[in-house]
Amino acid sequence: MSAVSTGLPPATATALETLLRAMADDEFVIGFSDSEWTGIAPQLEEDVAMSSLAQDELGHAAALYGLLGGLTGSDPDALAYDREPADYRHCRLLDHGRGDWAMTIARRYLYDTADAIRLEALAGGSWAPLAELVGKLVREERYHVMHASTWFDRLARGGREPRARLLSALDELGPDAATVFTPLPGEPVLVEAGIFAAPLSELERRWRAAIGPTFGALDLPMPPVANEPERGRLDHGEAFAWLWGEFTTVRHADPGAVW
Amino acid sequence: MSEAGIQLAVAHARAGATHGTHAPAPRVDEAAVRAILAAVPDPELPMLSIVDLGIVHRVDVGPDGDPIRVEILPTFVGCPALELIKASIVERLAALGRPVEVMATFEVPWTSDRISPAGRQALLEAGITPPGPVAEARAGGTLTLIGLEPRVPCPYCGSRRTVLDNAFGPTQCRTIRSCVDCRQPFEAIKPV
Repeated sequence: MSAVSTGLPPATATALETLLRAMADDEFVIGFSDSEWTGIAPQLEEDVAMSSLAQDELGHAAALYGLLGGLTGSDPDALAYDREPADYRHCRLLDHGRGDWAMTIARRYLYDTADAIRLEALAGGSWAPLAELVGKLVREERYHVMHASTWFDRLARGGREPRARLLSALDELGPDAATVFTPLPGEPVLVEAGIFAAPLSELERRWRAAIGPTFGALDLPMPPVANEPERGRLDHGEAFAWLWGEFTTVRHADPGAVW
Repeated sequence: MSEAGIQLAVAHARAGATHGTHAPAPRVDEAAVRAILAAVPDPELPMLSIVDLGIVHRVDVGPDGDPIRVEILPTFVGCPALELIKASIVERLAALGRPVEVMATFEVPWTSDRISPAGRQALLEAGITPPGPVAEARAGGTLTLIGLEPRVPCPYCGSRRTVLDNAFGPTQCRTIRSCVDCRQPFEAIKPV
């Protein structure tokens, strides 16, 4: 499968491809979901913020698809746009549709805190192209965590309706929150090669330890163990089918167009 | 490099452009390349050059006939101005009469600490507060909760009583703030 010589053993290259596809698809899908707020966010400042977050995430996805394309000899745009919905490998946490503002904040908070733990485990890894990119990503993602944490706190303490909406969002998203840490085939190879500092099950434990105090202080229910954890990056459903239709519209309108 | 040296290098580069193949090719060295880059404005912050912004990483002039290679550090991973910056570099360096290759790299992360003192002054004069040290922001100054923080001064009146209105702004690298004293809204560069 690897069309490009990277000096990596084939098993490592294959495992790395799986990891990059999962991460790139996560950033791509949450970026497009964020952009759904452009023009209609509840405040003008949040319109700017969500648009900027979307721009960041799509940029991160482009860089990750670039690394993946380098390994597989594929065009990054083709990776992003030319797959069928069933072939995307983002986590199920991102498959719930835009929802209301509380859904968006809950999704961002759960994803951003989990992504931060994942990036921490990749920083300083042995495959330089990814470790270097991660060194840059963490500087930007800190702003995302700050934004999501601020709003998460504000909704939880915001009185009856904001809190009720946040609880309802956590009720829907909670069972899928840990799908960010869905085990990946070839994961032990990545840990062995020093690309990933720890298995995803260990990262999930770290994530729960990191968010526990916030959930405790705000008296919110911690996300439960994921349903069917091994299928956490499969079975994407209707909300994603709709989003896929949206983000491939231009690509499908004029296939092969050059910009 | 001295001011006079820079001007000389720029003059050489311009001479190459003007006379083309009719004059002996000017000697191309790294300093000449960097001097030209020092006059390439950033498209989103045109009051400062890409050198003052700190995104020029490595310049490799190589032997005659080889492309001049310039490596730049994106300020943000998804910076949409990157292609424009690459094109500007290629266009300006064409004056040297050599092929040019521009590559983006994350080999070292760009951080806002790389903005030069001259670049900081240019930002301030344009009404954009330059970023404080990243280490200070990480220590809990500007990166905590949205509210009053004393460390980001107003570029208009110098007051430190300013409020973060939005951690995100018109470009990926900026935040939106306002001054409690002079009531002026302003932008500040994110410490990253």
